[in-house]
Order: sequence, then C-alpha cells, then structure tokens
Amino acid sequence: MTRGILAFGGYIPMRRLSRAAIAQANGWFNSALKSRAKGERAMANWDEDSVTMAVAAARDSLSDRNRDDIAALHFASTSFPFLDRLNAGIVAGALNLKSDIAAHDHAATQRAGTSALSLALDAADAGPQLVVAADKRQTKAAGTLEMHVGDGAAALLVGTGDVIAELVGKATRTVDFVDHFRADGFAYDYPWEERWIRDEGYQKIVAETLASLLKETGIAAADISAFCMPCTLPRVAAALAKKAGMPDAAVQDNMSATCGETGAAHPLLMLSRALENAKPGDLIVVAGFGQGSDALAFRATDRIGAFKPKLGVKGHLARRREEKNYNKYLSFNELVTMERGMRSEVDKAIALSALYRKRDMLTGFIGGRCSVCGTVQFPKSNICVNPNCNASHTQEDQPFADLDGKIMSYTADELTYTPDPPACYGMVQFEVGGRIMMDFTDIDPGQLDVGRDMDMVFRVKDRDPQRGFTRYFWKAAPAGGIGDGG
Amino acid sequence: MASGIRDKVAILGMGCSKFGERWDREADDLMVEAFEEAVADAGIEKNQIEAAWLATAIEEQHVGKSGVPLAMALRLPLVPVTRVENYCASGTEAFRGAVYAVASGAADIALALGVEKLKDTGYGGLPQRSRGNLNQMWWANFSAPGSFAQLASAYRTKHGASRDDLKRAMAHISVKSHDNATKNSKAHLRSALTVDQVLGAPLVAEPLGLFDCCGVSDGSACAIVTTPEIAKSLGKRDLITVKALQLSVSNGVEAQHNSWDGSYFATTRVASKRAYQEAGVKDPRAEVDLIEVHDCFSVTELVTMEDLHISAEGRAINDVLDGFYDADGQIPCQIDGGLKCFGHPIGASGLRMIYELYLQMQGKAGARQRKKGPTLGLTHNLGGFPHQNVCSISIIGRG
Repeated sequence: MTRGILAFGGYIPMRRLSRAAIAQANGWFNSALKSRAKGERAMANWDEDSVTMAVAAARDSLSDRNRDDIAALHFASTSFPFLDRLNAGIVAGALNLKSDIAAHDHAATQRAGTSALSLALDAADAGPQLVVAADKRQTKAAGTLEMHVGDGAAALLVGTGDVIAELVGKATRTVDFVDHFRADGFAYDYPWEERWIRDEGYQKIVAETLASLLKETGIAAADISAFCMPCTLPRVAAALAKKAGMPDAAVQDNMSATCGETGAAHPLLMLSRALENAKPGDLIVVAGFGQGSDALAFRATDRIGAFKPKLGVKGHLARRREEKNYNKYLSFNELVTMERGMRSEVDKAIALSALYRKRDMLTGFIGGRCSVCGTVQFPKSNICVNPNCNASHTQEDQPFADLDGKIMSYTADELTYTPDPPACYGMVQFEVGGRIMMDFTDIDPGQLDVGRDMDMVFRVKDRDPQRGFTRYFWKAAPAGGIGDGG
Repeated sequence: MASGIRDKVAILGMGCSKFGERWDREADDLMVEAFEEAVADAGIEKNQIEAAWLATAIEEQHVGKSGVPLAMALRLPLVPVTRVENYCASGTEAFRGAVYAVASGAADIALALGVEKLKDTGYGGLPQRSRGNLNQMWWANFSAPGSFAQLASAYRTKHGASRDDLKRAMAHISVKSHDNATKNSKAHLRSALTVDQVLGAPLVAEPLGLFDCCGVSDGSACAIVTTPEIAKSLGKRDLITVKALQLSVSNGVEAQHNSWDGSYFATTRVASKRAYQEAGVKDPRAEVDLIEVHDCFSVTELVTMEDLHISAEGRAINDVLDGFYDADGQIPCQIDGGLKCFGHPIGASGLRMIYELYLQMQGKAGARQRKKGPTLGLTHNLGGFPHQNVCSISIIGRG
C-alpha cells in the first residue's frame, strides 16, 4: 500500500527580530555577532509556545479537512511547556481530534521531528497520522545561538492511499554525538565548537545516513530535486549534497535569513516549503540531525498540485513584521527581569477540575447552537441566550475556531497588566451569530477598528509563575496578519 | 401589578463620611463617621434600629465577609445585619434592603450603610482580583476603564460621532464635575480642571484619559429609613420619601447575543423606565430636577443621559455641550462632584448619591445648594461592565 504525505502546513510567528538589532545591543560584549548581523529571525509573541505554534501549523495543514479519521497525533519538540503532561493532548484538544486517537510527545533531540515523521509513516496503516513539530528556542542573551535560531512549527498529515507525496524510503543512524545538550533543570543549551560539529557531526553522520538512503532505495542522487537540510551553519548542506552527488540546485533555502533554525520543527518546515513548490515526480529528501540522523525520501505524485495549505510556509514568511526592539525580545523570553507591577501579582492558580470539565469550551473552543432558533452562542449554556427563544437544553456543539469574526468595540488598555502593553481587546462578533469579549493578539493599537476582520488563534492566556502552569485560550488576531504597514 | 414602593418609606436621617485617601482611617472609623451624622440627623437612639444592611463590594480588601463588621463597628444590639454585594451598585442594594424591610412591616426603623476602604492595595486604580475559577480562564484580560472605553467606539459607530466631538463632550463632563466638587468639602478631588488639561491627559484605555476616570476612594455613607407615619411622629416635617427603587441585571444578552450594539446600557434603559412608572413620572426631562449618576467614566455619564430617557438617542453630546447637565443647567448631574470627584468608595457610592438628593431637597447642600430646591431626584448606581452589569435606579422626592 502506498504511504506518504496527505497534507502539509507550517507556522512562523509574525514578528521577525532583526539580527542587526541583536548585534547592536550585544556587539559590545560579543564582537563576533557583528559579522552575523544579517537578515532576521522569527520571534514568538509572549503568548506563543511550542504548543500554540503546533496548533497553528496543524490548522494550516488541515484547513477545512474532516479530522475525524485521524488515528494518531505525534508532537515533536525540545521546548515542551510541560515535562509531565501530554503536550500532544493539549494540541489534540485544541484541534478537536477525537479522544480515541493515540498521541505521543517526541522529545529530547533536534531530530525529534524527522523521527516522529518516520514513526508516523510506519504506523500509517492504522489510519492518518498527524505529525506536528514546533520549537520556541530558549537561548542565552548575546550568544551566537540567539542569532541562528528562530521560533516556528510545521505539520504533516501522513497516511496511505491518495497521497500527494509518496514515501520512497528512509534511513537512520543513532550516535551519541553531543553537539550540544540541555540537562534536566537547565534552561539553556550548552554547545560545543561549531567546526567540530560540522566536520565530525554533519559531514560524517548525516553523510552516512544519506548514503544508506540512496543505497537502500536505489535512488540516483542526480535525480533528487529538493534536499531539505535544516543545518544553518554555512555551506554544510551544499557540501553534503555534493558529497552525495546531488545537483547543487537541489539544496533548499534553509531560511536562515528569514526565519532562523526552528529546532525539531526545522526539517519539517523545510519539507513543507519544498512540497509547496513541488511538481509531480519531484524527488524530495529531508534530513534530521541530533544524536544521529534521519533521512527520508518522498516522490511528489500527480496529486501534489491539488493540495494547498491555508497559508503555508511561503505565506507565513511573507506575513512578517520587523521587530527592532531587542529589549522586547529579552522581556518576552524572560531574559531580563521587568518590573511588572503589583497588578501582575494576582494569583493565577488554575482549578484543574474546572479546566477538565470545561475542556471542550476552553481548549476546543466549542460553543453552542440552539437547535430551536439556530442562535449561535458562546459559551454553550443550558438556556438559549436569544431573548425571543430561551429554550432549555437545546444547544448542539458549535465550533468557533474557524468562524469569521469582526470587531464590534475595542480598546487599548494601558492599565491592566500584560507582557505587551497596551492590552488590546474588545467584543468580537461572529457572522453566523455569537460574540465574545476577547483578548486581541498580534495587533497594534493603530490597527484597532470597528468592523476589522479577525481570525481565532489558540494562545497562552496566562502563565502561573508560582506553579509553572500555562493556561491556554483563544484570542482574536487580525485576519491575514497586519504586516509591516501597522 | 404590584403597587410599588412609592411613598411607603421616608428617609429619617443620612450621613456621609469625607471621601478620599483616608490613610489614617480604618473601615470601622469610616462607618462610625457616616453613622454618627445619620443618627444625629434622624434624632433617634441607636437601639431604635431594628435591622441593618451593609454594602461592601471588595470586602477582601478591608472588612471581610458577612454583616458582622457593621454590627461590631456600631455595636448594634444583636439586630439582624445582612451584608449585600452587587458590584459597584452595592450601596443601593443596602438601601433597597432597608427600605423593603420597612415597607413590609418587618422593621419600623432600618439602617443601610455602605463602606469601602480601597486605598490599601499599594497601587492606584481598583484592586485587581480573581474573577472566579472558570471566568478567569476565558474572560478577556480587561480592566474597568478598558471595558467602559468600548462604549466610545460603539457609540461613535452607531451615531457617526467623531472621536474629537466625543472626547470634547467627555471632557466637558469631567470639567463640570471638577467644578462642582470645588464646592464640596467632603469630596475627594476638589481642584478645577480645564478642557485642555482633560484632553491632554495620558491615555488609560483608548479613548479614556486619566481625567475621564473617577477617583478610587475610601469612604462610607448611610441612610436610616422608616415609615412616613413614624417619621412624622418623630417630629419630621417636609418628608423626603422613596418614589421608586428598580434594579435590572444583565442575563447575558449583551455579552452573548448580537442584538446589543455596545453603545448603551440595556439594563439602565429598562430600570429607568420601570422606575418612572413606579414613581408616576411621565416625562423625566420635564419632571426630574436633579440626577446623580454612576459616572465611573466620563463616557458612562454621557451614554447614561440617553439611557435614562432624558437626552434623546444620539443627542447626549449636544445636551452635555449645551450645559443642560451643568450645575446651573436644567437638570444638574453630579452637582456634588459625582463618582468622578466626590469619589467612589464602591459600597458607599449608591448611598452617597441619595445623600446628595436628600441634602439638596432640604436646602442643606451648602455652597453647592441649587437655588430652587429640587423636588424630584434620581440616582443611577451601576455595577459591572457595559456588556454585563447591574443597574439600580432610585427616585427620591419631597412629600
């Protein structure tokens, strides 16, 4: 049975931190940064983490597709918000996947994304497998890593049957090559010298894995049209391609200039982007590196042109807004201690039993639709809110995540505590009915306007600093982003 | 059809503490300050009070729960004391409880007292609190100014008003209340302001600037009520009686149903209509001669003029700028300075409004006394947010 990719998508946060801004702030301390002050890197908003970005990428890939046949969810990351709570479970809840799916967190290595993809392909006979990979890279200030990395996510739906890209074959290696590590209880990576990583790591371990892939599949390297090699060290991908015998043109843009390396997500983000550009018959190889290596080869089928992600990697790259305020990056990533004020000190303790009881509402964003009068409402309630109906116990589930909303009233609040003041919020009214007083995100006060179209996005509502719990809910963001204009 | 409260209950005495940053006073000191004035005004002994209601909204900031803090502060003689809370409209709730107790015959003389000791948070503005386990998981991260500020964008959209015109009318409202408060020795904020100062103030929540927001104050106010017959038997003449008491509470339509446009208070429109009916008022613009409204923010006062059916819909900006609600206008609004400048010790505010009507009707309002003594006044005490709130209306009159 043919197995391969059924759908793909990506997510890159709208904010792009200018590397010149990083170098300007830190060049006095680390002069090597000055030579790297080119381009920009994706920077998650304060209310984004690997979970929210995974949800965004999955929604990008699935669009309006029915999700009820999905048999398993695989979530790969090295920056899970929870060490002991199934992070994939939160993603599954936000996507309203059925509860009888399998769900797995794949962690602890930069190749978690490709390994998850490999496992998902192996399991495809059980039904479509959704693979999401996301990383919000936590780095120390003024290091080179801060320059290299970026935040982002990718999603691939794999399965059997009418695939858009067929799995040709895969190869893997496991070697305890420690290019960097992050031990339990430590916030930041501890990296070794780049030249060693390049020569002893990529050029040997990945090269061997690629050689195995070519040998086992019988692919002629010259036929490879896209090589997705997520390393952002200079010239590594080109050297690997040359060594394997691939055409120079096969080497895919690693998005170093536009996004930065997104950790476990990066191979899949590059694969998604390659799939966006693929034509029937194109041969695509993706590699992952981290204590060994994965390599997978896909061939685009005749169906490749029939699928489009909602926005895609290309669309997300274009939906950008330059951030020159390095201090904002420090603050969002808790690299500087801000005076948050007493208003931030409200106890954020969460009632886990209430969260569970209301999980469809809070995570799944399910409201109600009255089966008598048709009124859509949030939250779902016992008695219809329509004053001319008020029927009891008549409400059916109404998902809100994909509804079109518009701002009815708004403000930009300088008083209430938020990590990114002013707090913008207002009443969002949905075209099919229903309204919610919602937090806005990824918006500037100048962009607030009655009637503005808003999209629903799954974001961090609050973090409880006392207990470490992250609370999620849905927010409204300008439809299509606000770009550089605002 | 219920006969209503009209003329069944008279105000026997009232008191009000000085409002403001009362750094040297505890909540019980404020309660005693208001009560001593009221009980002297009523001309009764404390042990003639048969039942009491205590209003506090943010009790965790000062006295804690229950009726005990009032009984303890005043050493009430083991009478029933009920603590009530209904957001910022709590003060009128206490009044309602006492008035209804007297009207029902359950008590001959009853006390309503509201108190709030807010200035112990360590920061300006209202205390930041949890909103409940479920609410805080999905409600927007909104503040009071941020929720009321949204009236402006919705009102402008509905009536085609420019931001500048609306801001000017809002500024007029604040300037007027500051002017009025300069003549009120119990007021929290007693300095006059210019329109330019208001317009130039830093933004708190677009489009509300600092001077569009009321003060956050410590204070207490109270009323002692009885039947008109008992009041007369105690030697009172020219009685001030309760003509109407109405309360309307949002049921979710504004917050969850698309029939509300965000530019007005649905509850105020309903409660005021019911109150006019209960009081026998046919044309409020012609009959009511003094109003005290819940001007937590200038824009609240503006739209409330329409919701009380005094300004025509879409015409509040004109009435405000024409001086209709100024101290020397046709219907003065906030002649004592209002929440804006008298101050807003939450639980006390509704009773403070009634206190002002009571003083004005008796010609006892001192420097701010309206020349022709008012005979029919209205208080509007609001709690919550435009999209979900409680609105309490009382109508008080002579005779």
